[in-house]
Amino acid sequence: MRKRIAIAVVVLMAAACREHRSSTLTQAAPPFDGIGRRATTAEVDSWNIDVNPTGAGLPAGSGTYARGAALFASKCAACHGTNGEGLATFPQLIGREPRSGFPFGQDYHLTKTIGNYWPYATTLYDYVHRAMPLTAPGSLQANDVYSLVAYLLAKNEIIDTTTVIDAASLPRIRMPARNRFVVDDRTGGRRFR
Amino acid sequence: MSEKRISRRELLAGAATVASALALEKLPVAEAQTTPVALNAPSDPSAVPGGPTTPVSARSPFETPARTPSGIITGPAYSPIHELTGTITPSDLVFERHHAGVAIIDPKRYKLLIHGLVDEAMVFSIDDLKRLPSVSRVHFLECSGNGRNGYRDPKPDLTPQLIDGLTSNGEWTGVPLAVLLREVGVKPSATWFLAEGGDASKLSRSIPIEKAWDDAMIAYAFNGEPLRPANGYPARLFLPGYEANTCIKWLRRIKLIDQPNMSRDETAKYTDPLPNGTARQFSFVMDAKSIITHPAHPARIERGWNEIRGIAWSGRGKITRVDVSTDRGATWNAAELQTPVLSKAHTRFRLPWQWDGRQSTLMSRAVDETGCIQPTYSSFVAARGKGTDFHFNHIRSWTVRADGTVSYEVVA
Repeated sequence: MRKRIAIAVVVLMAAACREHRSSTLTQAAPPFDGIGRRATTAEVDSWNIDVNPTGAGLPAGSGTYARGAALFASKCAACHGTNGEGLATFPQLIGREPRSGFPFGQDYHLTKTIGNYWPYATTLYDYVHRAMPLTAPGSLQANDVYSLVAYLLAKNEIIDTTTVIDAASLPRIRMPARNRFVVDDRTGGRRFR
Repeated sequence: MSEKRISRRELLAGAATVASALALEKLPVAEAQTTPVALNAPSDPSAVPGGPTTPVSARSPFETPARTPSGIITGPAYSPIHELTGTITPSDLVFERHHAGVAIIDPKRYKLLIHGLVDEAMVFSIDDLKRLPSVSRVHFLECSGNGRNGYRDPKPDLTPQLIDGLTSNGEWTGVPLAVLLREVGVKPSATWFLAEGGDASKLSRSIPIEKAWDDAMIAYAFNGEPLRPANGYPARLFLPGYEANTCIKWLRRIKLIDQPNMSRDETAKYTDPLPNGTARQFSFVMDAKSIITHPAHPARIERGWNEIRGIAWSGRGKITRVDVSTDRGATWNAAELQTPVLSKAHTRFRLPWQWDGRQSTLMSRAVDETGCIQPTYSSFVAARGKGTDFHFNHIRSWTVRADGTVSYEVVA
């Protein structure tokens, strides 16, 4: 029995390395029954917090600039500055300079902000919800996250101060730097890029 | 809903208090680690009995290698690479870089969730992961920001630690991610996977699924023992050759997905602005690099025989050659590579050198198996720009002065 398992493992490992299509690997039954268990719906729901650019993962709720301004002052300004200008090691969040071009590759003194660099607006919800504020990450309720997102997008001149941010409107926002991002296609070799 | 204004001092003090309180509470208290030796060794150690055996060895009190902790919960601690020999980084000197401090995780409560585009979402305990087929591989780990100090602010008193100390090398043991994906059954529509940490940053990265079938592993041990908390205890994702932020520490979740998530750490961060007005995204692979670790600042050498030593590595495979120059790049000689040369691992190189006492600039240039040659500083600037943010692999140079002192230099 042990030898059959060992052989099966070798075959499976070879198959996994050689064959990148998953269809062949899902045809046979998993060989390690009893190791690991089915996840409960509650387990998945409590950790499934990511949001992608289509808006998948955005919860019910909504937020406004006015509500976000109050929240920013009480929960964010202590680290990020009253106007999101940054303090010490905590980054600047707000700013649209430089308004033309995308010169960050030439000058590292230029600060990358939400408005002049972030390619996707949905990232703002994903990140604020999972990681902020630094001392209580994950504690913000959905309406508060939406409100902070509305505030930051408005202060970065992406939306106006009357736009309501929710699961429908956030994925439709196109960030100014979106087209600047190009996926790495290098494979090594003599030419250095 | 609380509207209490939080002051920055409270935030930082609170963070430090919470972090240190948890650390004191949860970390095991080490037993007396030192063989009781006097700070000064006896004048004749052969004339007096020594100390007893101990449960855990400490270093000689005469050896005090250390990282450079910054005292905050974000940011790096550089490994003292210029004080290390060979290729294996001692586990307690592996570099650190965190986004919300070191998580303290009880292994009995640890869970790895694998879900998304799978036949069955599953949860694995640490015991489950350790029971599954295991592999051990020697590979480097390198932060994508490694080398930024030497590029942006090339001061003469920079050390290899401060230039390239965000890299370490050792033996990783764990379960191949392919084995786990085989367990849950991956749907054909899954082209990426999202990996997420269970620390306060919950850092998440999207990885092409080909890497999972290739050499990705869930590592639970390093250099023969469980990971240290500072390096992801009890389990992390490990992607050989890829920038270290993708090797998610304190891994809690893998989600099979059909498009990249575009998390903050693959958009706002860890993208490379280029001089042509674009930003390179998903630049996972660490480029070929080498650095001379001796002679380097702050060493002082003697005239005559010296061995030039350093490390070289590439995220694309093996190092095939390291050229060393002692005349500021006019001529180059191939250094000896310590065998076995391993793929995606630090490779020790050595070149014997008779120093004639005159000022000399030493340089090293790595070549990897794809034919990639470590670029000169000016080639690097031309390709990437002065403002680029990551992947700084240009040639590093050290100038030995007539008095034997050594300083860092950038040679165009």
